[in-house]
Amino acid sequence: MKRGPAVLTGVHFINGDVACAEGALAAGCRFFAGYPITPATEIAERMAERLPEVGGTFLQMEDEIASISAVLGASWAGVKAMTATSGPGFSLMMENLGFGYMTETPCVIVNVQRGGPSTGLPTLVGQGDMMQARWGSHGDYETIALAPSSAQEMFDLTIVAFNLSEKYRLPVLIMSDAVVGHITERVIIPPEAEIPIVNRKRFAGPRGAYLPYLPEDDLVPPMVAAGEGYRVYITGLTHDERGYPSTSPDVQERLVRRLVEKVRRNAHDIIRLEERGVEDAEVVLVAYGISARVAYRAMELARAAGRRVGWLRLITVWPFPEERLRELAARVRAFIVPELNLGQIVREVERCAAGRALTIPVLRPGGAVHDPREILAAIEEAFHV
Amino acid sequence: MSRWEVKIAGFGGQGIILAGYLLGKAAAVYDRRHATMVQSYGPEARGSACNSQVIIADEPIYYPYLTEPDVLIAMSQEGYARFAPEVKPGGLLIVEQDLVTLDAARLREEGSGGDIVRLYTLPATKIAEELGHRIVANIVMLGFLCALAPIVSPSGMREAVRSSFPKSAIELNLMAFEAGYERGRLSRSADDRV
Repeated sequence: MKRGPAVLTGVHFINGDVACAEGALAAGCRFFAGYPITPATEIAERMAERLPEVGGTFLQMEDEIASISAVLGASWAGVKAMTATSGPGFSLMMENLGFGYMTETPCVIVNVQRGGPSTGLPTLVGQGDMMQARWGSHGDYETIALAPSSAQEMFDLTIVAFNLSEKYRLPVLIMSDAVVGHITERVIIPPEAEIPIVNRKRFAGPRGAYLPYLPEDDLVPPMVAAGEGYRVYITGLTHDERGYPSTSPDVQERLVRRLVEKVRRNAHDIIRLEERGVEDAEVVLVAYGISARVAYRAMELARAAGRRVGWLRLITVWPFPEERLRELAARVRAFIVPELNLGQIVREVERCAAGRALTIPVLRPGGAVHDPREILAAIEEAFHV
Repeated sequence: MSRWEVKIAGFGGQGIILAGYLLGKAAAVYDRRHATMVQSYGPEARGSACNSQVIIADEPIYYPYLTEPDVLIAMSQEGYARFAPEVKPGGLLIVEQDLVTLDAARLREEGSGGDIVRLYTLPATKIAEELGHRIVANIVMLGFLCALAPIVSPSGMREAVRSSFPKSAIELNLMAFEAGYERGRLSRSADDRV
């Protein structure tokens, strides 16, 4: 079999999906299980081509439920694992995604969003799964979701996603969209030595002493791989430090509180934002994914007309950057939130604004990105109320 | 010039997306500039209208869609009719002359006002057929464009062609590029603007 390097150091002109696959390989991903779906198929295609070259495993599964199941299993076998899908497949993954949070299984799930609901617009863009990413599986949990805006970020953030998933032991979501998945751009892949890689904490003590759900100070328990000789018991039922099922409200309190707290307490480490012109801004555009790039154009047009407009791009969408939004709400006139759904992240912005700043949604249900002039009109509105 | 917006329009099967890809690749990989391509096509593999939009710039490209194309390459009547009016004043309009009937009314209008678009026609498909296969008409067009506007370096374009095809197809594609480039050079020196 043809062997190839895991890290394709150099300058490339590739689409976001291919860049995502290359990011996964650079992060150390050696297992992919998936079911093809537009506009995420190229991720699977690239992984099918490349994983055998680096000694990894590619499985085409019968559906997305099987795909995420295989990914969780691979992770427990000690391998970094990923799957990629779009809305319909993401819906199918919801139950086992919760299993991933409950069992603290590191892995990465990519959703290249298209217009929905249901099978919706297979080839066209949408951002309608943002709240599903946060609340789609039942019960209380916290997630980490990143929203790339470019092919370069499909590469970069896939590495970040793996690192965060390994560090905090949970499934990390990459909430991309059809434009970012299919946009073909310059992507620079750095030398392997310059790519920071985080690997899960391993337990190295005696076999009898291993408690798979006993956390350390950072609230994250060290992991072992199935087959290493340690006793592991993995269940979606509420479980104690040994991993054994329990119906005790105290065990539930301890476990679920910790699953949530390990993300909330580390929000400062997880949250990534990009800001332009926010310092002197009276109005701030808050956007993510492809919409952030469209909003940037609106900001340029508004600034050219003398308006003090800033731009805040959510790279991390979950956990939501509440602290920064609250700070800004105290001193700006308005937030403008363009997104390709009929009102999801704008609710979070409004919650943080808490009436101190106006929140103006600019919404489309997917199918096409905004015309920057729609956002510009909202900016004018903000200056006239 | 620091920023170029190029639209290539035609129908599925003409290599419209590939032409956009090669242009972007020449700029990004070999000329080391920023390049972004978005594409639009129908669900059919062949025959439906499609276009690729390429932006090449020295600065990072945020908004990835064209605002006012500097160049339109129209390889179909529909592509010409839909997109020719968008071309920037002073911009370049290149049409596949055997597939596009020019709109006489528009030509007069463009000729009379100050907003003149520079029009070039090329029988790219015929040239490609003479070289051996009509499939390389898109590469003939790229060669033509390369000679008419300093969007990407000819050497970058040649490298992009060389690195993007299986061995057996490289020579034909390079020949197509050179044939288009030569025609473009002649057109430029004749300055046959309309």
